[in-house]
Amino acid sequence: MAIVTYRDALNQALREEMQRDPDVFLMGEEVGVYQGAYKVSRGLLEEFGPMRVVDTPITELGFAGVGVGAAMVGLRPVVEFMTWNFALLAIDQLVNSAAKIRYMSGGQVGVPAVFRGPGGAALQLGAQHSQAFESYYAHIPGLKVVMPATPADAKGLLKSAIRDDDPVVFIEGEMLYNLKGDVPDGDHVIPLGVADVKRPGRDVTIVCHSKTVSVALKAAEQLAEEEVDAEVLDLRTIRPMDTQAVLSAVGRTHRCVVAEEGWPFAGVGAQVVDVIQREVFDELDAPVLRVTGADVPMPYNKHLEKAAKVDPARVVAAVHAVLYRD
Amino acid sequence: MATKVVMEALSPTMEEGRLVEWKKGEGDDVAVGDVLAEVETDKAVMELVARAGGTLLKHVVPAGSTVPVSQLVALIGEPGEKVDNGKPAPAQEQTAAPGDASPSAERKEPAATGARPKSASGTQPAPDQDRPESMPPAPPVEAAAKAEARAEPEPLPPAAPAGQAQHRAPGARVKASPLARRIAAERGIDLGGIPGSGPEGRVVLRDLERARAPAAPAVSPAADGTPAPASPPRLPAAVTRPTDGTPYTDVPLSQLRKTIARRLTQSLGPIPTFYLTTEVDMERSWDAREALKALGDGPKVSFNDIIIKAVAAALRQHPACNAWWQDDRIRYWHEVHVSMAVAIEDGLITPVIRHADRKSLREIAAESHDLAARARTRRLAPEEYTGGTFSVSNLGMLDIDEFTAVINPPEAGILAVGRIAEQAVAHAGQLAVRRRLRLTMSCDHRVIDGATGAQFLKTLKAMLENPLAMVW
Repeated sequence: MAIVTYRDALNQALREEMQRDPDVFLMGEEVGVYQGAYKVSRGLLEEFGPMRVVDTPITELGFAGVGVGAAMVGLRPVVEFMTWNFALLAIDQLVNSAAKIRYMSGGQVGVPAVFRGPGGAALQLGAQHSQAFESYYAHIPGLKVVMPATPADAKGLLKSAIRDDDPVVFIEGEMLYNLKGDVPDGDHVIPLGVADVKRPGRDVTIVCHSKTVSVALKAAEQLAEEEVDAEVLDLRTIRPMDTQAVLSAVGRTHRCVVAEEGWPFAGVGAQVVDVIQREVFDELDAPVLRVTGADVPMPYNKHLEKAAKVDPARVVAAVHAVLYRD
Repeated sequence: MATKVVMEALSPTMEEGRLVEWKKGEGDDVAVGDVLAEVETDKAVMELVARAGGTLLKHVVPAGSTVPVSQLVALIGEPGEKVDNGKPAPAQEQTAAPGDASPSAERKEPAATGARPKSASGTQPAPDQDRPESMPPAPPVEAAAKAEARAEPEPLPPAAPAGQAQHRAPGARVKASPLARRIAAERGIDLGGIPGSGPEGRVVLRDLERARAPAAPAVSPAADGTPAPASPPRLPAAVTRPTDGTPYTDVPLSQLRKTIARRLTQSLGPIPTFYLTTEVDMERSWDAREALKALGDGPKVSFNDIIIKAVAAALRQHPACNAWWQDDRIRYWHEVHVSMAVAIEDGLITPVIRHADRKSLREIAAESHDLAARARTRRLAPEEYTGGTFSVSNLGMLDIDEFTAVINPPEAGILAVGRIAEQAVAHAGQLAVRRRLRLTMSCDHRVIDGATGAQFLKTLKAMLENPLAMVW
């Protein structure tokens, strides 16, 4: 076990998978010589050379398409988007090609590609660069959507994503790259589709993912001071969602708050709430509440941006509401 | 559009109530929360409050009537609203009151799970009187499927399909969380009798837990599913002189009397009880009480208070006696709540001194005095006379030397306290006159074995003979 940053945990996963399987290669803007806009690919060009660490032009649609094609003929590309905001230009390749090829070829051809990069808002990057798109991709049958919240999960889940035989949308947290945490030694692999209880608790379950995990953990600490024992359940994989973990958590605590960074309308939390009310209606002691980003383009103004984001105080307030506390 | 006022379940075990007195007259303005009437339940005199505002249009039943839970008792509506269709009907023939099909009336359903067929029909929205003949009437909305299945033919509109059971009553719905609803159904708890603490009175889990700790088990009307018969009209007590000349007086059973009968039969029937008696030298307790009285401040401390304190302290040392029989398990309580039997007119009631082991004698004295006074005026709230873990019954003030008391289920033990009397006894090798007290404990043998009970009594005796041991 070593203390590693989220950024370096991703780097370890890439390096170990590229060492393990010569079909794995990395492509994207600035991944080679510049070693990645966020330095996730540091040292990889030196170790694996320009055939496996490929700098691309600023053409998201083009290099995403190259990635899909490479995957169709047997390679295992890892396509880095500088951020998922820029990947909007490539969404046709993800939705209409990557997600559809296995289905439309009658199972003859798969797309074992990983599309990865940072998502969500950082600090004062403006409305066009501060967006959480996981619900876009999770909407699409044929895509898996993975969002690690810790260094250990980042490493273990990226390794699984690379080994997966179908396209995986891997959304990293831009504000998480410097997060440090224990990462198990050796070939640390976490299966996709398995949620993780980051903090056990009896009174309420806070379902979250990616950046909202640390928000929920802070909220849980505050709640503990008033003797509310909150459970923090990290989805880790948005699709396929570990609904069993969600349902059994709600079965234990009977109250649930779902936190996510994105907008409220048709968000990931809406899917969580849907499955809860359908499957464990009789376990609920209160309506399930959601805490989301504000339903507006992200303001640039520092104070407005802060007000638009999910924070521990809003999670605490939602927990109070589902516990019927004043 | 009049809103119906129904008899509500005002205690956990209430099946019917006697409307003692109307507090609002016909034509009076009422606001939500106003006291409409006083109702004698099986335990106490409680208040029936308005769930809707307006004008009290009609007393459907007169003061003095005994009415099953959820039966119509009054109508509230707009001033001058016509209520001739809401004519009072005898309990046996209570039908849906037409002219009140409003599903929007915000009112608690009085007895969702324990609703009886007749009373359920009393809260149904009625079919629309203006509906063309060719259209089928609105189906009846039943409070409970089981109740409907058992229902006798009802004076409902002929086209209402028999056996159509729907678990919803839009005009009279208890708001409860799905979890609370499920648990209430599993435990046979009547949600209508539980005050909800959530938004708009929603009953949530914690309300059930609050209500459950003190709830007497196995007496919920829904537990055995037996619909309660509509009660006969309450007759005034009257001396009857039959032709053969021997006079007698028939007194209809009060709600309290009925409950006592049912509970005591429940007790001596299925509960295998044994009795343990010990005699206690009360000289030092006597001196302690005199010393406390001499302090001259605070409430007057009775021997009963001292005994309650000692019982609580002894229970803390013998948790095996601080338990409930729960049919499929024994529940050992972690807190000590001592029930004290208080004689009241027409019966007795057992207010509870909670956490008696943690209270000072002064607190116990003040609390027992207050509870007993309010018990005699029938002003105890349900949570004040339920939830005890062990009982004390004292007939010493009535010169009873010793007696055996009937266990108050699901508690497993009760202590019967006789009088403190001077006796000639051997004391320290001499014949001496000492103040002595006889205590008899009734034990539910399913919970307490002979030695277990005897050890508890031994501790209790030691405490009364050396009162400092209570605070040791």
